[in-house]
Amino acid sequence: MSQPFRTEKGGRIDRGEELTFTFDGEEFHGHKGDTLASALLANGVHLVGRSFKYHRPRGILSSGSEEPNALVGIYRNGDQTPNLRATQIELYDGLEAISQNRFPSLGFDVGAVNDLLSPLFPAGFYYKTFMWPKSFWDRVYEPIIRSAAGLGKPPRTPDQDTYANQFAHCDVLVAGSGPSGLAAALAAAETGARVILCDEQAECGGSLLSESNASIDGKDPANWVHETVARLSSMENVTLLPRTTAFGYFAHNFVALAERVTDHLAEPDSKLPRERLWQVRAKEVVIAAGAIERPMVFPENDRPGIMLADAGRTYLNRYGVKVGHKVLVATACDTAWQAAFDLADHGVEVVAIVDVRETPPDNLIAIAEARGIRVEAGCVVTGTLGRKRIKSALLGRLMTSGQVASGGQIDCDALLMSGGWTPTVSLYSQSRGKVVWAPEKGAFLPGISVQKERSTGASKAVYGLQACLEDGYAAGEAAATAASGKTATITYSSAYGGEAGSGGILGALPHDRNASRVKAFVDYQNDVTAKDVKLAVREGMHSIEHIKRYTTTGMATDQGRLSNMNALEIASGTLDKPVTDVGLTTFRQPYTPTTFGLFAGISRGDFFDAVRKTASHEWVVQHGGVFEDVSQWKRAWYFPKPGEDMHAAVERECRTVRESVGLFDASTLGKIEVVGPDAAEFLERMYTNPWKKLAPGRCRYGLLLNDAGFIVDDGVIGRLAEDRFHVTTTTGGAPNVLATMEDYLQTEWSDLNVWLTSTTEQYSVAAVQGPKAREFIAPFIEGIDLSADAFPHMSVKEGTFCGVPCRLFRISFTGELGFEINVSRRYGEMMWETLATEIEKRGGTPYGTETMHVLRAEKGYIIVGQDTDGTVTPYDAGMGWAIGKKKFDFVGKRGLARTDLVADGRKQFVGLLTKDPKIRLEEGAQITTSENPATGTAAEGHVTSSYYSAALERTIALAIVKNGHAREGQTLYVPMPEGSIPVEVTGTVFYDKEGAQLNV
Amino acid sequence: MLLIYCPYCQVERAEVEFRCGGEAHIARPSDPEKTTDEDWVEFLYMRANTKGVIAERWRHIHGCGRFFNALRDTVSDNFLTFYKTGEPMPTLETLPQEAGK
Amino acid sequence: MKRYSFLELAKNAFSAHQNWGRQWRSPEPKAEYDVVIVGAGGHGLATAYYLASEHGIRNVAVIEKGWLGGGNTGRNTTIVRSNYLWEESAALYNHAIGLWQNLSQELNYNVMYSARGVLMLAHTVHDVQSAQRHIHANRLAGVQNEWLTPEQAKDYCPPLNIEKNIRYPVMGAALQRVGGTARHDAVAWGYARGADALGVDIIQNCAVTGIRRNQNGSIEGVETAKGYIKAKKVGVVAAGHTSVVMDMAGVRLPLESFPLQALVSEPVKPAFPCVVMSNTIHAYISQSDKGELVIGAGTDQFVSYSQAGGIHITNHTIDAICELFPQFRRMRMLRNWGGIVDTTPDRSPILSKTPVPGLFVNCGWGTGGFKATPGSGHVFAHTIAKDEPHPINAPFTIDRFRTGRLIDEAAAAAVAH
Repeated sequence: MSQPFRTEKGGRIDRGEELTFTFDGEEFHGHKGDTLASALLANGVHLVGRSFKYHRPRGILSSGSEEPNALVGIYRNGDQTPNLRATQIELYDGLEAISQNRFPSLGFDVGAVNDLLSPLFPAGFYYKTFMWPKSFWDRVYEPIIRSAAGLGKPPRTPDQDTYANQFAHCDVLVAGSGPSGLAAALAAAETGARVILCDEQAECGGSLLSESNASIDGKDPANWVHETVARLSSMENVTLLPRTTAFGYFAHNFVALAERVTDHLAEPDSKLPRERLWQVRAKEVVIAAGAIERPMVFPENDRPGIMLADAGRTYLNRYGVKVGHKVLVATACDTAWQAAFDLADHGVEVVAIVDVRETPPDNLIAIAEARGIRVEAGCVVTGTLGRKRIKSALLGRLMTSGQVASGGQIDCDALLMSGGWTPTVSLYSQSRGKVVWAPEKGAFLPGISVQKERSTGASKAVYGLQACLEDGYAAGEAAATAASGKTATITYSSAYGGEAGSGGILGALPHDRNASRVKAFVDYQNDVTAKDVKLAVREGMHSIEHIKRYTTTGMATDQGRLSNMNALEIASGTLDKPVTDVGLTTFRQPYTPTTFGLFAGISRGDFFDAVRKTASHEWVVQHGGVFEDVSQWKRAWYFPKPGEDMHAAVERECRTVRESVGLFDASTLGKIEVVGPDAAEFLERMYTNPWKKLAPGRCRYGLLLNDAGFIVDDGVIGRLAEDRFHVTTTTGGAPNVLATMEDYLQTEWSDLNVWLTSTTEQYSVAAVQGPKAREFIAPFIEGIDLSADAFPHMSVKEGTFCGVPCRLFRISFTGELGFEINVSRRYGEMMWETLATEIEKRGGTPYGTETMHVLRAEKGYIIVGQDTDGTVTPYDAGMGWAIGKKKFDFVGKRGLARTDLVADGRKQFVGLLTKDPKIRLEEGAQITTSENPATGTAAEGHVTSSYYSAALERTIALAIVKNGHAREGQTLYVPMPEGSIPVEVTGTVFYDKEGAQLNV
Repeated sequence: MLLIYCPYCQVERAEVEFRCGGEAHIARPSDPEKTTDEDWVEFLYMRANTKGVIAERWRHIHGCGRFFNALRDTVSDNFLTFYKTGEPMPTLETLPQEAGK
Repeated sequence: MKRYSFLELAKNAFSAHQNWGRQWRSPEPKAEYDVVIVGAGGHGLATAYYLASEHGIRNVAVIEKGWLGGGNTGRNTTIVRSNYLWEESAALYNHAIGLWQNLSQELNYNVMYSARGVLMLAHTVHDVQSAQRHIHANRLAGVQNEWLTPEQAKDYCPPLNIEKNIRYPVMGAALQRVGGTARHDAVAWGYARGADALGVDIIQNCAVTGIRRNQNGSIEGVETAKGYIKAKKVGVVAAGHTSVVMDMAGVRLPLESFPLQALVSEPVKPAFPCVVMSNTIHAYISQSDKGELVIGAGTDQFVSYSQAGGIHITNHTIDAICELFPQFRRMRMLRNWGGIVDTTPDRSPILSKTPVPGLFVNCGWGTGGFKATPGSGHVFAHTIAKDEPHPINAPFTIDRFRTGRLIDEAAAAAVAH
């Protein structure tokens, strides 16, 4: 055990449990209860990182989630997670941490040359240079900038961890478990309200865990925390969530919490998620986010060993770590004095307390004198020395003239500073509330609530232990009553000590140094100095948003929580305008950086998007079928036999269907049952075609437009009875068609008595197509006369398939005699296996979507979405025949009459045959009149579908061509990189133009 | 994620159960013959896109499937009221003071 | 205007950068201008710049209710590309690409246009067909765009997962090499500095509260928070707030404004070389020069001016990114924000005269306006100066919605079967 800066006793660490960890490969020891930061400090390690731009050595600045400097990578399971805050990483045995943004090592970093060159790199320098020569930006300048930028190294391997998601509702959500938050949660819980209390730290208690100078109800504050947490844990209406950050406040009181479940464990249970996203709908929210201490802006305020005073006190009292042996305290407010006293009481030499104020409170001076601490009032730090750790500080005495006189040099190995406190208004601001400037507090405070929330305690600048407790109880009671109407008599605990004190300062401190030579940092991580902020203002950046974006102040991973107020004051001073005129930048979620995996949750692989499978799926897998994705569905694409490629398989499938019989799974097509006395009238209004005279037992192809007049969907619709239709849609269009139908039915035509039901997943559909289709299905069908006369093309009847009820359609998308058998989904596998097993015996074949596409193209049937693209009208598609001319109205009728939709020169649906029958055009290829069109030539159209046709023993294509219907027989060109392909414009039907094959 | 009240189911549910149907009270011209191109583009595409209180349609797609209407402030995203299809649009004056808060 | 250069930077280093002048003034509005542009975003500032630089119209004010570049210009994911399907769109966006390539030099302001390539992934047979159609159309139109096999795509973008066994495997990609990114704020600032130097008054924190028309109905001026300003012509370039401003002139538009979110990760060392987009799974991603992964999310489903969207939208976007790049699951979101995007029914912009003489409108860029900034400003300046559209923006009228002559990029990506 060699932790030279560990106190002999005290703190909340478990001294009985020693843990081993490494930092940049060097082995160290710490204790259970330590953070990585406290363990490093216990070992005397302050230098932990390099800054973003100048690569300056940096140490641990804070003890919380706002830490800007101590960002490290953690190695685990063979990969690393970058940019984690050492102040938040709970130590576990075997932890491996590495420093970032340095090369080759943390101690010797070549990037530090930037610090020497820094006069060339003021804010926004990159906007002013790197423009010559032009080609150097992409090739030289930007690559150099990119490799210099960035902090940690990104993870390289797929994340193996899992993440969970939890929705929750509660009456009162309390964010933060310091004195106000605990009091609020307790008060709300005692009323019986459902309470969720979360805190980003591992332990509840907040500042109470490092309080040395107070008592609550006569007890040590930590004991009060212990008892209060125990009480809350025992209550069924309370959910306690430590290690959980309320990171986002959304509309309608929806708050997102990130719970870190396993990062602190040496050997996590593999069943546990790494993190859990809580999505909480709270009736009331209590924001008890506390306040954070502000750094002081003085020259060289960034050396390792310089730390916020409260952090120094926290390391001492909570973690049992002395931040140095000779500590200088620089402050503008009372609270830092207590840090000095605590350190002195632990035997640390406090070399001086330097207070900006001319007259700090007498009682503090008296306590300091009693401990023999030198006090310098009306003094500031004007600089520091020491490369990798502070060695001494320069002092300056504030003169009444406003000048600073040198106050000598003082040796130290740590400097604790406090510029005062900034209430954490992030969550309030995220709730879309407008913060209000409180000049007497020197802070922006929550203003009017726009959602059901209230801030309490230090987050609204209520300071002092007793005041925070009282405010917390009151907030919790009020929230519970507002949420649930419940009340209870709460006994308030009362505190002694932990006084708030006074003081605080904003902006840069005056000094006697050469202003152009020294750097006083405002934003540590992004290396933004007071000079940078002033330069931005000089250059005309007068809005705080411009200053932020130009200098990058407030854009680091702490999102400006440490820097915003100082930057604002410097800008305000430079502009000579009140801070309210400069404005405060908006706080955006997340409150602290939040893991992507948390948002993605279980949504990976097959859970990323639902996979919809049809009844034939397993059979297709077993028989070597290949699938394609069509919307969420897996559809069989083709069925290659051994040795066949796609082309060979499709050619064979096509031939077999044309010559014999084929089996196709058509289950993915959308199906909607349209029922009711006005069903025919409804379809009459929805589709272009007439429906009223369609006899029960017959089918018709239906074309659906939008009201703009363009084709959006199609499908065969069968009339089962006077008041019942079986509507089919495209696979991808099914949900939209139903939604559109519901929209018109409910909101335009509520006079119609119709019910719509999606039956897509209720039926399995087998399409049997080919000249032998009838004889093939006959043995399985009962109750339906399949003869051509009794059951002609475009008919539908109900019967049975292998004894189970079926709806049998005689329809065709191949141009051959065809049937589609619909059975209940529960018999889908039976139907498919029965038919598939039988079909090969009979010389037929199963076929997939590719063959379906080829066969329909041979017949010139369109596929909506492939041959049409949302800009095609029925007339363009050559489907004027599908429009009921006598109909009073239908969806799209008025749209179709608009000028451009009836203008000459529209692109129309045609066939194309290449002059060379072996050349297959590329789908999407453009069509021109000129063989060698100049660049910029407007295309005449494009190829929408293109295949090799086995039946025609040549290639065929479908296309959309300007004035195409009038251009049959003309030669056009398809210009390709390798040369133009001449094509002849034809009709769209290539095979069986008379339709003889359909009517057999 | 908004919280939406379905006036048919009479429950508040998260936004993911609903689909927004855009501006409400835009009637489809009933006689295509008598509708001018200007009327038709007005129906098809022209929207008030109000910054402030709008009437809009929602459908409870993962619930009852019904369309209903809501008044919502597009600046705060707070709802003022929900009402069934066919009911007249409430005027701001008739709404209770606290509605939508 | 003091020119920027490395030499100038070095010279100023010796005077501790005390002598840099303002990049733009903060003038009080004059009583009258030849042209008033409403909205000091990238498009509005570019319009003012080209009015002054190309058309000699320098008595111009750009009036902005907030701070310049503070709307969608400062909130987008900075992607630049021009591989649109329809020749009208391709011409417009390619015009912008031409201007992007020399913009830093023209403005003497490094806008960091970085042609790192935009890779648009195809995950289904339908995607492949659609991508091929774009590539063929682009080739004819003279727009660079090429097809890559999955292996070639992985060579170009090594982090890409091209395993066949994922939910939506990559079947190939369309690559536009001249596509890439630019530094969004610098574009606004560069145009502002350039326009200001030519005499344009940029008036910030000054909301337009009314548009005045004379008895003939023509434009007369604008009412603002800083008083009435006479103007011969007014160009409205107000993005998500266009409907609100145009309503003041009594002009109705086919626009709806939706919240659009974007987000960045914490900065990391170079991990991602180009821009990757996937329309099928709704994701786009690049890495900024600072090292942040810049990720675009989708729009919410309802009209809103709140500049804030729901977490479920973010969730879905990150789902998609992590599905494509599972190594990024351990990365962390640093900042998430929202903009207000004005969308038209055909997802193409309106760059046009209006029924009101002297009133012009440039709007409807939806989720993709940043990439067009230089081209949009250039042709809109022409339209205002000449009182007639430039041939490139002639198709982008308001009237197309009445006639049905849409430029439907959304329809072109239609999914069905």
